Amino acid sequence: MFESLSYLVLQQYWWIIIALLGSVLVFLMFVQGGQTLLGNLGKNETERTILVNSLGRKWEFTFTTLVTFGGAFFASFPLFYASSFGGAYWVWMLILFAFIIQAVSYQFRTKAGNFLGQKTYETFLYINGLLGTILIGTALGTFFTGSQFSLNEMNQVTWEGPARGLEAALNFQNLSLGLAVFFLSRVLATLYFMNNVDEETIFTRSKRHLMINTVPFLVFFLFFLIRLMFIEGYAYNPETKMVFLEKYKYLHNFLDMPLVLAILLIGVVDVLYGIWISLLKNKCTKGIWFAGSGTILTVMSLFLIAGFNHTAFYPSSFDLQSSLTIENASSSKFTLSTMSYVSLMVPFIIAYIWYAWWSINKKKINREELKSEDHLY
Amino acid sequence: MISSIDLSPLVDWSRAQFALTAMYHWLFVPLTLGITWIIAMMETIYVKTGDPEWKKITRFWMKLFGINFAIGVATGIILEFEFGTNWSNYSWFVGDIFGAPLAIEGIMAFFMESTFIAVMFFGWNKVSKKFHLASSWLVAIGANLSALWILVANAWMQNPTGTAFNPETARNEMTSFWDVLFSPVAVNKFLHTITSGMVLASIFVIGVSAWFLLKKREPRMALRSITVASVFGLLASVSLALTGDGSAKQIAEVQPMKLAAMEGLYNGKNEAGLVAIGILNGQKKRDADDIFAVKLEMPKLLSWIAYGDPQHFVAGINDFTKGNASQGILSIPEKVERGKVARQTLTDFKNAKSAGNLVKADSLKSKFYDKEFLDNNFKYFGYGFNDEVKYYVPNVPLTFYSFHIMVILGFGFMVFFALFLFFSARGELPRRKFWLRLAPWIIPLAYIASEAGWVVAELGRQPWTIQDLLPTVAAVTKLDSGTVMVTFILFAVTFTVLAIAEVNIMVKAIKHGPKDEGGTK
Ligand code: HDD
Ligand code: HEM
Ligand code: HEM
Repeated sequence: MFESLSYLVLQQYWWIIIALLGSVLVFLMFVQGGQTLLGNLGKNETERTILVNSLGRKWEFTFTTLVTFGGAFFASFPLFYASSFGGAYWVWMLILFAFIIQAVSYQFRTKAGNFLGQKTYETFLYINGLLGTILIGTALGTFFTGSQFSLNEMNQVTWEGPARGLEAALNFQNLSLGLAVFFLSRVLATLYFMNNVDEETIFTRSKRHLMINTVPFLVFFLFFLIRLMFIEGYAYNPETKMVFLEKYKYLHNFLDMPLVLAILLIGVVDVLYGIWISLLKNKCTKGIWFAGSGTILTVMSLFLIAGFNHTAFYPSSFDLQSSLTIENASSSKFTLSTMSYVSLMVPFIIAYIWYAWWSINKKKINREELKSEDHLY
Repeated sequence: MISSIDLSPLVDWSRAQFALTAMYHWLFVPLTLGITWIIAMMETIYVKTGDPEWKKITRFWMKLFGINFAIGVATGIILEFEFGTNWSNYSWFVGDIFGAPLAIEGIMAFFMESTFIAVMFFGWNKVSKKFHLASSWLVAIGANLSALWILVANAWMQNPTGTAFNPETARNEMTSFWDVLFSPVAVNKFLHTITSGMVLASIFVIGVSAWFLLKKREPRMALRSITVASVFGLLASVSLALTGDGSAKQIAEVQPMKLAAMEGLYNGKNEAGLVAIGILNGQKKRDADDIFAVKLEMPKLLSWIAYGDPQHFVAGINDFTKGNASQGILSIPEKVERGKVARQTLTDFKNAKSAGNLVKADSLKSKFYDKEFLDNNFKYFGYGFNDEVKYYVPNVPLTFYSFHIMVILGFGFMVFFALFLFFSARGELPRRKFWLRLAPWIIPLAYIASEAGWVVAELGRQPWTIQDLLPTVAAVTKLDSGTVMVTFILFAVTFTVLAIAEVNIMVKAIKHGPKDEGGTK
């Protein structure tokens, strides 16, 4: 069935899957956001334990989604994997480092004999929340601003940026996306706690921090988005495949693809609505559903304008013709169609994840629930 | 393709970093692979009998599994991204084949494992017994599926099949998914590796239980655990030896140089004997006929094991370096020549194309679809990167010793399981103080055997990342070697600290015992 699709359609299909995984990942980074708020929302040991356990039951999802995002990107656009990971070495290494220390922290934090002490593991969680979100956001920014690399005729990458990727953080456009993702993850975390934890004090504090974090989130995100509409973008000619700079490219992409524009607008409104009702209504716990789905839609639309409509999704500002497009960076047609069959399993996987979580999450977390629970982080 | 600057410090650091992270990952993975089955079996007995003691036993081992699991995950993510960060040319050259198993692993195995682990740990009071039991089995299946896909990828590096080179994109592209998945190398590798995990986990369970018996704590739990683990371990260790033998036969076919290194065989011969135990001479004397200072050899066994025929010729390292016309083996310099032709053809094709000389480009391109060129030249593509003969010989002592340590221990473990099963069937275990004292010390040996196996597999194939196609120098990301050194140290320190913490927590949890696991809760 997939074999009969054209190569280009398969490439587009896989770009949509990458976009979906990437946007789900950004949403799930509420775990990271939450990790940076432990000290602010939990004022005593019991409260912090509640918060850590509330996040602790979700961290593996975020982690596994990151791993799968990496694997799927490798399988579908291996040239991106080769150029970006090898080139922007330091950025990716720091991201990885931030995730290594996270994975052990939940399990080890309160265990006897953990060698480093509880505080250290909580610091690890904080570092993960801070670095993970900002760096992933910044790296996403380079999809629009470009990186300094060149490819030779054998498609081998040479990185021309002095700091192996860290130079991306010097670009305020990238950094503002990084900071927007950071504050967004904290916004989502507060909404998640309001939904998942059944404790009066935590609810009230979450609400306050929701307000505090919404402001910088909006500032950085709007700055990024508005500037994005005005910058030169990396377009390519569909016949000759030559890459060139185009004024207002990303604005054009939104206008050329009204559906994507609609996704963006619905997404943004959805996020704002989720925040709005949580702040205004007295006892609203549903904000996370709106803000979460809104986040997925918004990020999705950003991925789509980065890769669709003859746009180079991983542009090289050093050598335009080295830029990666969904056409020149993808796997072979055979591999893409084989992998497409695998992608049919995804709905089934989502279904069992849903069912499993629904069965163990019927009760919200609070002091009593934790007392009856024997597996604690 | 490769600049002339000296890449060797960079390659060495990159290899060291991959070896370090892989070996750390492998410290934690095999226990997961095996103990998840043991846990699922114990819980099945609990559900069948309703005896709360079995629940307590299940939960105790589950707790230890949870501690181990977290750090396995932490070390795994590094490996996945390292293909891109440190082996970026490799990632492009083979990404079309290699990426797919990694992605499938994420989609199919990791989500399964992590979802049902959540049910396993948090679901005791919340879901039905049956659903909980099913989750425990799904965790075991998920864990072993993770092993499947990564090992398929690894087997493909050892023996590339189901692919064709595309000169336009300068990479290998998949032509048959099933050839990649069901290659005999992959099948053997998968079976041998998962059974090695089962053996290791059984030894772990027996070792820990023996300690409880010695301390006269939890005797019922300890005895029952030993019964389950010794039966399971005995069966697994027999399959382990069989699949190990299967792996050796595959190596004889697809990586004969590795086989020669594993056996320390320099000069090939008919009726080759198997060196059961041996100590190698120093470097200088190794080209001579007898390279062993001490050895115990079993006549004709190697020929028989590797080829199923006691007369069969087994090639040695010198047959490969110098060539052996009577056996139809090309020398390394000959292969280098052929490989260079293949590389030059690719370069000429690229040059003709960028010069706009399409006629020439087309005729060069067609060579890559010509069987003769493929068999005589492209097959040796990877030899075109280095002229030095000794570059193509793996580290013989390390490969030799690692292989022998693994095999000797493998047979030792079989005896160990048989003994424990025997004692436990006759109810003699509590009296057998010597064996109980010994058992915990077998645990580190299982880890040593397991790591040694990977040293054989990975060091024995040097210098190839992709057998005969891509040597390490051509696979590596062009980085400053100091940069890789820094990340190496960063990972070495981090992983060491975390591993100490893990062992510490594990020991504390074992000493604490199953007293919180109630059985009634
Ligand atoms: C508890 C661990 C353990 C034990 C006791 C054994 N093995 Fe093993 N062996 C492994 C654990 C392992 C491993 C870690 O799982 C390896 C590494 C790569 C692989 O495929 O499995 C391996 C690799 C490996 C290889 C190399 C495969 C390759 O290069 O692709 C061979 C030929 C054997 N084994 C053969 C044996 C034989 C004949 C054994 C005798 C009983 C044996 N092993 C016991
Ligand atoms: C060198 C290549 C390898 C890579 C890139 C790799 C990658 C990974 C990653 C990313 C994880 C974390 C998954 C998660 O988020 O849950 C992981 C865990 C795991 N890997 Fe690996 N892995 C490698 C080698 C192996 C091998 C050789 C095996 C088994 C034979 C294996 C078996 C497992 C298992 C069972 C887990 C679950 C965690 C655990 O039990 O410790 N991996 N691996
Ligand atoms: C988890 C078990 C594994 C262990 C302990 C292990 C061990 C090692 C060691 C010791 C090296 C260094 C060899 C050298 O450079 O001399 C190495 C290199 C490497 N291994 Fe593994 N390995 C494992 C699994 C895998 C798997 C499953 C894959 C691929 C799917 C893989 C891919 C590689 C690559 C790409 C390199 C670097 C390039 C090279 O040296 O060829 N390894 N590994």
